[in-house]
Amino acid sequence: MKNTLRNIFHSPRFVVGFVIFMAILLTTIIYPLVVTANPLAMIGQGNFFKPGTYVSVKDTVTSKTYTLNIEAVSNIADQLTDANKEDMRTWLVKYGGVSQEDMDAADDDELVELWLENYDSSVTQSGLTSSAKKAYVRLNDTILSLMDDSDVIIASENEDGELEESDSISTKEYVNVSDVTNKKTFLLGTDNFGRDVLTEMVNATATSLRIGLIAGLVATLIGLSLGLLSGYVGGTFDNIIVFITNLFTVIPSFVLLILITYSVNQSARGATLIAVVIGLTSWTWTCRSVRSQVISLRNRDHVNLSKLSGHSMFRIVVTDILPYVASYVVMALILQISSGILSEAQLSMLGLGPSTSTTATLGLMMNWATAYSAHLNGSWWAYFPVVLTITLISFSLNLMNTGLDQVFNPQLRD
Amino acid sequence: MSEKRGKECLRGKGVTKIFGVGDKKTVAVDHVDFDFREGEIISIVGESGSGKTTLSKMLLGLISVTEGEVYFQGQPRDIKGGRKKKEYWKNIQAIFQDPFSSYNMFNKIDSVLLDCINMRGGKHLPYKEKFDMMSEACSFVNLEFKELTNKYPFELSGGQMQRLMIARIFLLKPKILLADEPTSMIDACSRSTILDMLLKLRDEINMTVIFITHDIGLAYYISDEVYIMEHGKFVEYGTAEDCIIHPQAAYTKRLISDVPKIYEEWDLSTV
Repeated sequence: MKNTLRNIFHSPRFVVGFVIFMAILLTTIIYPLVVTANPLAMIGQGNFFKPGTYVSVKDTVTSKTYTLNIEAVSNIADQLTDANKEDMRTWLVKYGGVSQEDMDAADDDELVELWLENYDSSVTQSGLTSSAKKAYVRLNDTILSLMDDSDVIIASENEDGELEESDSISTKEYVNVSDVTNKKTFLLGTDNFGRDVLTEMVNATATSLRIGLIAGLVATLIGLSLGLLSGYVGGTFDNIIVFITNLFTVIPSFVLLILITYSVNQSARGATLIAVVIGLTSWTWTCRSVRSQVISLRNRDHVNLSKLSGHSMFRIVVTDILPYVASYVVMALILQISSGILSEAQLSMLGLGPSTSTTATLGLMMNWATAYSAHLNGSWWAYFPVVLTITLISFSLNLMNTGLDQVFNPQLRD
Repeated sequence: MSEKRGKECLRGKGVTKIFGVGDKKTVAVDHVDFDFREGEIISIVGESGSGKTTLSKMLLGLISVTEGEVYFQGQPRDIKGGRKKKEYWKNIQAIFQDPFSSYNMFNKIDSVLLDCINMRGGKHLPYKEKFDMMSEACSFVNLEFKELTNKYPFELSGGQMQRLMIARIFLLKPKILLADEPTSMIDACSRSTILDMLLKLRDEINMTVIFITHDIGLAYYISDEVYIMEHGKFVEYGTAEDCIIHPQAAYTKRLISDVPKIYEEWDLSTV
C-alpha cells in the first residue's frame, strides 16, 4: 500500500495533475474564508464592468487633497466615439488641409491635436449642409469643453434652496488612493448581474466540483455494485444486468440526461439533483468493465480457496474481488468526476442546469455570459476565466488518471 | 485391484460436464465412474485439456455436475445451498497448482490460517490457543509461524506458500484432499518435501488424497490407485502397479514412453 502510494507520487503526470487540482480545490476552500461576502450579491448596477479598482467619487471629493504640479494627461481621445473620430478625419482631409498620408499615420491623440490646430468654422466648406456644419461646431465645442482645465465647482443647496458654491476642485488636486475609504477591486470585473466574477467563480467552482464528485460517486457506486454482482453471480441475473447496461449504453446518455432534467421542474432543479441525474446516466462503462474484470477474477484460485474456506458471497466479493479491481475503480471515479463536471456545463449551456438565482456553477456562468453576448461585446472576463477553470479541472483530473494508469499498468510505463 | 480396501469415500456414476450449448458444446468430462476409498492416494493422470481440473472442480463442488451422480460416504451428495456447501467443504479441501495465485495478496498469512481455525469451530478460542494451533500447523510443514505472522503471501517463496497450503489442510483436517498438480510450479527439491508432507498428513489423519497430475512417474511413486484420463474419459484405472508397469491402453503406454528417463535415450518421435 505504502509502496503503491510512493509509486503514484513518483509519476510526474500524476503529481502535476494532483498539484493543479489541489490548487483549485484549496482555492475554493480558502478563498471564502478570506472573502466572506455573499458570492452571489449583485453589486454592480449594470452589466459587465471592466476588471479594476472602483473608488467612491464622493470619497475622492471629500478626501484630503494634495497639490501636485504635474501636467494632467488628456484623455479626450478616449471620450470621443469612433463615429466622432471618423467625422473629424473626414473634415480635416477635406477642408483642414491635412494630407491623407498624415491622417492615416495619426493616432487618436495626434488626431485631437491636428483638430485643434486646423479646425476653423469660418472655412468654406463646400458640399456640407448647414446642419452638418453646425454638427461640426458642436463637436468642436465638446472637444474644447473636454480640454477645459478650469476648476470643477462643487455647489450645495442653501436654506433658501439656492445653489451656493461650497468648494472647487482644481486640476492640480490629487487624493491618495489609500485615503479613499470606499473602494472595491474587481480582479475579474463583474458579470451580467453585476456580480463579482472572481468571487462568484470560486463559489461556482466549488459547486461544480461538488456536482462532479456526487455524480462520480453515484455513477461509480451503481456501476461498481452492478458490475461486481453481475460478474460474480453470473447466469440469468448477469444476463438481465447486461441487458439493462446495454440499453443504457445504446441510448445516448446525454439525450437521456436532457430528457430527465427537462422533466424536472425548474425550481426543483438544485445542484445535487443535477449531480444525481448525471450519475444515474453515466454508470454503464464502469459497470461493463468491472463486470468483465470480475468474470476473469472469479475463477482464480484464491477465490476458489476462499469459497472452500466457507466464506459468504458478500465476503468473497468484498475481500477477494473488490481489492483487485479497486485501482481500476479509483481511476474510473476520477474520470467520472471529470465528465460529471463537463456534463453539468453542457446541461447548463442548454439552460437545463441548476436553477440560477440560488446557485452558481461554471456551466451557468458560461450560459449567462453567452446569453448576454459577453463574447460579442468584448467582456472576456465574464467567460474566459470560467472556460480556463473547467479546462484546468478536466486536464488535471485526466492527468492524474493517466499517471495512475502508468502505475497500475506497468506495460504502459515509458 | 487390491483386495482389502477402505470404506467408501467418494464415488461417481456417469459424471459428465458439458460447457456451452449447441455448436459450441464442449464435453469436458464424459460419463466417468470412479470409486475412491478412505485413506487411499488416488492419482488422476492425463495431459493438458483431458478434463482433470474440471473433474476436480466438480468433486469440490465449485462447478455443477451436468449429468450423473456423485456419492459422498455412500449417500448421494447434496450441496444445494450455501450452508450445505459449507458443511461439505469441511470434508473436502484442495491445494491448487499455482501457489502464487492461491492467496489473496491483500490478506495477511495469519488470516488464511485463522479462517481454517474458525471453520473448524474455533472462532471463540482465545488468541493464545489459536496462536499455538497455527504454530503447530506451521511447524508440521517446517515453517516458523513467528516469522510468518503479519507477512503478506507475496513475501514468501513458492515452496513456502505451498507448504503453508499444507499447513492449512493440517488445521482443517478434511476427509478428502484434492491436490491439483500441487508440485508442478515448484522445483524438484521442494517437490519431494511437499510430497513427503502430503504422505505424512495422510498417515496422520487417514485422509483420502486425490492427486491430479500429468506426471505419470510421480503418480507411480505416491499412489495406491491410478486413473488415466483422456479426452474426459477414464481409459484405464487400477493399482499403480497394474496401470503403469503393465499398461493396457495405448494412451497409457504413450504417456509412459513420453517420460524422460535419465539412463535411457529419450525417443522424441512419439511425442
